[in-house]
Amino acid sequence: MSAGPRTRIDARFEALRGEGRAGLVTFLTAGDPDLETAAAILRGLPAAGADIIELGMPFSDPMADGPAIQAAGQRALKAGTTLRKTLDMVRAFRRTDDATPIVLMGYFNPIHAYGPAAFLRDAKAAGVDGLIVVDLPPEEERDLPAQEAGINLIFLTAPTTTDVRLGRVLARASGFLYYVSITGITGTASAETADVAAAVQRIRARTSLPVAVGFGIRTPDQAAAIARVADAAVVGSALVGIIAANLGPSGQPGPGTTDAVLDAVRALASGVRSARAGKLRSSA
Amino acid sequence: MMQPNTYRGGPDENGHFGIYGGRYVAETLMPLILELERAYEEAQADPEFGAALRWHLTHYVGRPSPLYFARRLSEKFGGARIYLKREDLNHTGAHKINNCIGQALLAKRMGRNRIIAETGAGQHGVATATVCALFDMKCVIYMGRTDIERQAPNVYRMKMLGAEVRPVDSGAATLKDAMNEAMRDWVANVADTYYLMGTTAGPHPYPSMVRDFQCVIGEEAREQLLEAEGRLPDSLVACIGGGSNAMGLLFPFLDEPDVRLIAVEAAGEGIETGRHAASINAGRPGVLHGNRTYLLQDDDGQIIEAHSISAGLDYPGVGPEHAWLRDVGRIEYVSATDDEAVAAFRLCTQLEGIIPALESSHALAYAAKIAGSLAKDHLMIVNLSGRGDKDLGTIAKHDGVTL
Repeated sequence: MSAGPRTRIDARFEALRGEGRAGLVTFLTAGDPDLETAAAILRGLPAAGADIIELGMPFSDPMADGPAIQAAGQRALKAGTTLRKTLDMVRAFRRTDDATPIVLMGYFNPIHAYGPAAFLRDAKAAGVDGLIVVDLPPEEERDLPAQEAGINLIFLTAPTTTDVRLGRVLARASGFLYYVSITGITGTASAETADVAAAVQRIRARTSLPVAVGFGIRTPDQAAAIARVADAAVVGSALVGIIAANLGPSGQPGPGTTDAVLDAVRALASGVRSARAGKLRSSA
Repeated sequence: MMQPNTYRGGPDENGHFGIYGGRYVAETLMPLILELERAYEEAQADPEFGAALRWHLTHYVGRPSPLYFARRLSEKFGGARIYLKREDLNHTGAHKINNCIGQALLAKRMGRNRIIAETGAGQHGVATATVCALFDMKCVIYMGRTDIERQAPNVYRMKMLGAEVRPVDSGAATLKDAMNEAMRDWVANVADTYYLMGTTAGPHPYPSMVRDFQCVIGEEAREQLLEAEGRLPDSLVACIGGGSNAMGLLFPFLDEPDVRLIAVEAAGEGIETGRHAASINAGRPGVLHGNRTYLLQDDDGQIIEAHSISAGLDYPGVGPEHAWLRDVGRIEYVSATDDEAVAAFRLCTQLEGIIPALESSHALAYAAKIAGSLAKDHLMIVNLSGRGDKDLGTIAKHDGVTL
């Protein structure tokens, strides 16, 4: 059914199905607020309850992102993050965790500058499972033959996606499908759960790929509501906002940053895990 | 690379000019640009659309704009006969209005009543605010805070015309950041909003659509010179930032093998200083704002801020069709520095009584550089893409004068 290679993503969604629950996908920008703190947060994410890790590749011109993730990218770039260092971070993480899927998310130009073929080779070797390239729709996907390199290319669909386009996206999608629940940029508004449920149903009628829902999910309750209707809930801006809130007066990372982020992840994870507790038997 | 039998055949059905162009946008925007492409194709096939466009260009913009023989500049340079295509005499004072009329008519056809646009120098913002006043549309202009400060008169003009000017603080707060912000607005307001892009950049179909609306410049110039001199020009010179006035003048001549085509980038403080806006001469191919083209970027693919004394050329990319025309060698892409542009600004003002925009002054600067070595019967057209009243503050500052 899936057009792409088998990765840790497939294994993780199979395990989640076995547990009868949805997953928590956490987004953080690589190198935010600095390389060291970001690495510490990353190491702690699986134990805190993140089922899949999305790591943002910072870009100077993030056109689909709201103020929180724009600022995270600026902090990361200021701290010296490059695409090479992002891959280093994944490689270091893999020394302690070989099961949690890692999806890199960002924009095409840094990959273009790195060289798509070299990037795919290095990303696979570092332990990357999936890629979300926001400004690379199926029409331009041949520029980045990720599936051939053993990496899932994960596509976004939106409320504006027509049935015809959905078919086109699904023909190339693997790993999971990322449903952008609002028409807008990250971290700005939240969708009605009923609308999301209807949209997820529409996608599920066309594919057996898991559907993750993101944009606008901030609290454990919101994450739980999405977990009832989708296969995974993605939380990004709310976590990134915690990093921003813990910055010192001159912009340096606060000492409590790592713990504050991981505490929030724990709360989100318990929200997601509680969502279908009552339904476990019927779905098993 | 194989030479095509026409240079005017692009783009292909996916919006590519060779390896450049395309539709590198988020999925949320994809249905919108596909709808825009369809709507534009339908409009092109509709004689009423063409008639409305021509009517407005004639009666509202004031076209055709004159092709003026600049006798004193020609004598001063001591070579070619220099003609100026007077886009500065258009309503609102620049070529930008040609495209704004076309796209506003298209937006109306599509039933969109909220127009958003980005602006650098403010010329495109003023032109957009103008057509929105004319067509009774809501208008929101994104403008970098840095540009708002250096182009205050244009900001006030936009507000007078009823537009809301939203300052952009992200990045370096200039044109590229204004474009990012306009695209974010578009994603969030897909139902009622039309993004009126001001240059031959962005995702397909914008580069070719803006080109089509600007080609009136070159088409008129061709007829006007045939009338004045009985033959085609030997060379054409235009400044280039995103590339709309250059494409408008040069495109109709691409398949005339004997016409030399020159586009002048902003070299800022000098290409060697790194403080410039010469994306073709000093950039590398990459992907930004929906298309693949030459970009100013670092080794990691992060976009580098452009620098130019003229806000309208202060963009780290260039339209994708220009990128292709550079690779196939049909247009010469050269550059002029801030100082050269200011010198040309002064010369044109003093010898012809015409105050050119600082953007257009880059084209004049390059003309000044080569005209003297050309034959006396060489016919050169320079695109005077806009008027320079808006730049008096910048020139005064450059001269150390407080107004």
